[in-house]
Amino acid sequence: MMKMFKNSKTVAVLIAAFLLFALGASDVLAAKTEPKQKNIILATTTSTQDSGLLDVLIPIFEKETGYFVKTIAVGSGQAMAMGQKGEADVLLVHSPDAEKKFMAEGNGVNRRLVMHNDFIIVGPPADPARIKGLKSSAEALKTIAKAGALFSSRGDNSGTHAKEKTLWKQTGISPAGQKWYQETGLGMGQTLSIAAEKKGYTLADRGTYLALKKNLGLDILVEGDAALLNIYHVIEINSAKWPKVNADGGKAFADFMVSKKTQGIIKTFGVDKFGSPLFFPDAGKKVEDLGK
Amino acid sequence: MELIVQGIVKAFELLISFDPEVLGITWLSLKISGTATFISLFFGVSIGTTVALTTFPGKRLVISLINTGMGLPPVVVGLFVTIMIWRSGPLGFLEILYTPYAMIIAQAIIATPIVMGISLASIQNLPPNLRLQILSLGASRMQMVWVLIKESKLPLLAAVMAGFGGVISEVGASIMVGGNIKGYSRVLTTATVMETGKGNFDIAIALGIILLILAFLVNLLLTHIQQRQQLR
Amino acid sequence: MNHILTVQNLLVRRGGVTVLDIEQMSVETSRILALIGPNGAGKSTLLLTMAGLLKPDRGGILYRGVAVDTSARRSEMRKSVSVVFQEPLLLNTSVYKNVALGLKFRHLTNGDIRKNVEDALAYFGISPLAKRSAKTLSGGEAKRVSLARAFALKPELILLDEAFNSLDPPTRETLIDDLRHILEETKITAVLALHDREETLRLAQDVVVLADGGMIQSGTTAQVFNRPASEFVAGFVGTETILEGTVQMNRDNLLEIAVGDKMLEAVGDFAPGQTVFCCVRPENITVSADPLKKVSARNVFEAKIQKIVRQAFFYKMILDCGFPVVAYITVSSCEDLGLCEGTSVTVSFKATAVHVMARDH
Repeated sequence: MMKMFKNSKTVAVLIAAFLLFALGASDVLAAKTEPKQKNIILATTTSTQDSGLLDVLIPIFEKETGYFVKTIAVGSGQAMAMGQKGEADVLLVHSPDAEKKFMAEGNGVNRRLVMHNDFIIVGPPADPARIKGLKSSAEALKTIAKAGALFSSRGDNSGTHAKEKTLWKQTGISPAGQKWYQETGLGMGQTLSIAAEKKGYTLADRGTYLALKKNLGLDILVEGDAALLNIYHVIEINSAKWPKVNADGGKAFADFMVSKKTQGIIKTFGVDKFGSPLFFPDAGKKVEDLGK
Repeated sequence: MELIVQGIVKAFELLISFDPEVLGITWLSLKISGTATFISLFFGVSIGTTVALTTFPGKRLVISLINTGMGLPPVVVGLFVTIMIWRSGPLGFLEILYTPYAMIIAQAIIATPIVMGISLASIQNLPPNLRLQILSLGASRMQMVWVLIKESKLPLLAAVMAGFGGVISEVGASIMVGGNIKGYSRVLTTATVMETGKGNFDIAIALGIILLILAFLVNLLLTHIQQRQQLR
Repeated sequence: MNHILTVQNLLVRRGGVTVLDIEQMSVETSRILALIGPNGAGKSTLLLTMAGLLKPDRGGILYRGVAVDTSARRSEMRKSVSVVFQEPLLLNTSVYKNVALGLKFRHLTNGDIRKNVEDALAYFGISPLAKRSAKTLSGGEAKRVSLARAFALKPELILLDEAFNSLDPPTRETLIDDLRHILEETKITAVLALHDREETLRLAQDVVVLADGGMIQSGTTAQVFNRPASEFVAGFVGTETILEGTVQMNRDNLLEIAVGDKMLEAVGDFAPGQTVFCCVRPENITVSADPLKKVSARNVFEAKIQKIVRQAFFYKMILDCGFPVVAYITVSSCEDLGLCEGTSVTVSFKATAVHVMARDH
């Protein structure tokens, strides 16, 4: 075999042929030759992608419609910033206050409710701040602050972070800069790992927590508060404002997310893996009606 | 510690079972970084050699720029490329954001100064009269340059390996311009970051190990070419 | 009398300094010309210009009578001219491939290349080295390879820049002899930059003396070495006996010159009262153990041997005749005559062997 490599010309030709073949045979080329309208840029959050729901839904959508969905998973803040610049075609986010502002500025059309899951406050089983069982999440945070117990915040303008900030507002306490309050700037999974490592508290979405539960060593301490609902909307980016946006594609995806069939898939997603569903389908409902 | 062991075991499992997703990711890593390295080889060696062999005003400044380019932060490159190719950017009409093409471009931009800088230094390191000697033997400019390049085979291949090493392990720019889209622009590095973010440390470590193996095999081939004696 | 190459009105400046300024210089076909001079004289620059590798600031060269003034013409000329530098400058490959390098540039067939390479290797006696890696060669072997490489191209003119510098004396000797034979056989014109007198004497038929970018003297080797044009040249060509004196008398161009308290006889055209240098080459001095009977040599002096220094093939003898004299004597003569330091001898040299020059300044 080594004899083949003795001739430098042969090697050069081999490498060149190899790469040409690779490039030619790849679907990279194939994807590029499809017309523009086939690509949809979906901006969503890391926690949504990490839940694995999209890995199930998107192939179905692509097969049905022939569109190619580019799922860009970033924080809610960045997703909406992308929408504001017309760099995405459709958003799937869960940061209602920011979304309302987004819509008010005319960046999006057809904001539709898709599903919800909830947030939970988790912490070390020893629960040094004694928040277990509290009904009010704001109350729990207040207690943590008073005890000076370690709290990990995502600190990244994500939906989770936005929810957390809303809760702190309700407590009237400003945690920023305090020694026990640490902002990681990272995704949900990593923030949970850090909280677990340091035996601290954090606010997490149930889906990510369930996915990582067995390795974490953190317990659910506070749940069920209506304020902890994590509500997902799908928003099509306004093509009147941004002509380059794939309006048809965005609409097709949004329609798909609220369709009966999809909603049915959402309802059962996660049951076989975690014993309970990760999301609750809500298309068509009113926001005020949500909650346990 | 046991996490690492878990990772090694997982790596084994993924490879032995020819897990299609992992294979796809590995293949894509090789294709993208390989193409980017090829591009950087072409531009890097040609420009580096030209700068080394010609005199012109401001040559030292140009060399400083090239040497600075060798240390370009990849994530800054990613940011600039993103701004260039997104819809509102000057090159937005190309529509290559969130494609492997964008990743190839970003990686090529990262690798080219590395190859250029090392090529420049290795050509400058040849005996100064060698160029004249080859010309006096009747070589045309192109023939002379080709002989000098072959004579610098050792450091030039080191340059290629440095360029390849830099981009196969790159993650910041790749995520930014590629989007880490499953089955399309997800490569070993970006997948590792994602799995770590999800908390799947064993998969992350496995991907890391696979990346190391890939890099090792490529460098094994390049080293063989580099160290081979031309004696026929 | 054919001039294969002529230098005309040549000016080369580098970094604001004039490196070379030569009005006129010719290289005769099928002869061996040595460029000699101290370091920095411009020998290498001149060779590079002659090779078509350097573009002068003014003037240029004529190759076979045609002006070489465009880069196209320079490239064309390079096909007939080969250059060998001081360093062998071999590539990291086999000896065969090194020697074939120039031939490959000309897109010859493999068969033709093989013939030329094998001939060139045979010329320099290095055929067995063909498959060796150039990196493993000794200094002398590498030098032969670079020479073979130049000769393989069958040039009309070959230029060598200090080609023998880095070699040890025995290697140098054999190489110089081989080179001379090859040049005589192939009738290739050669220009060599040298700074060793012996090499010059052994190899060159013509000599050009350079200093500070200018040509000081040119002529056949005999002319330059026996009749150096200035003290500087004399010192350079190794006229070791240089004596200062005053002309006392001129009778039909036979001069009597007072050197110290001795009188020298020489031939030349100088007026009495003039201060001159008298140069005698060491080879022209005869040493005798017995006082001489009648000989034709007009300069005969009693002397004492001060020092004997062994050179490669002879003894260099420093004698005191009332003025210092340097002679070269064969080893056998020394031994036959029983000469050693302190011996009293008789020194003699002909009037015609004394080269008289006006004093510089």
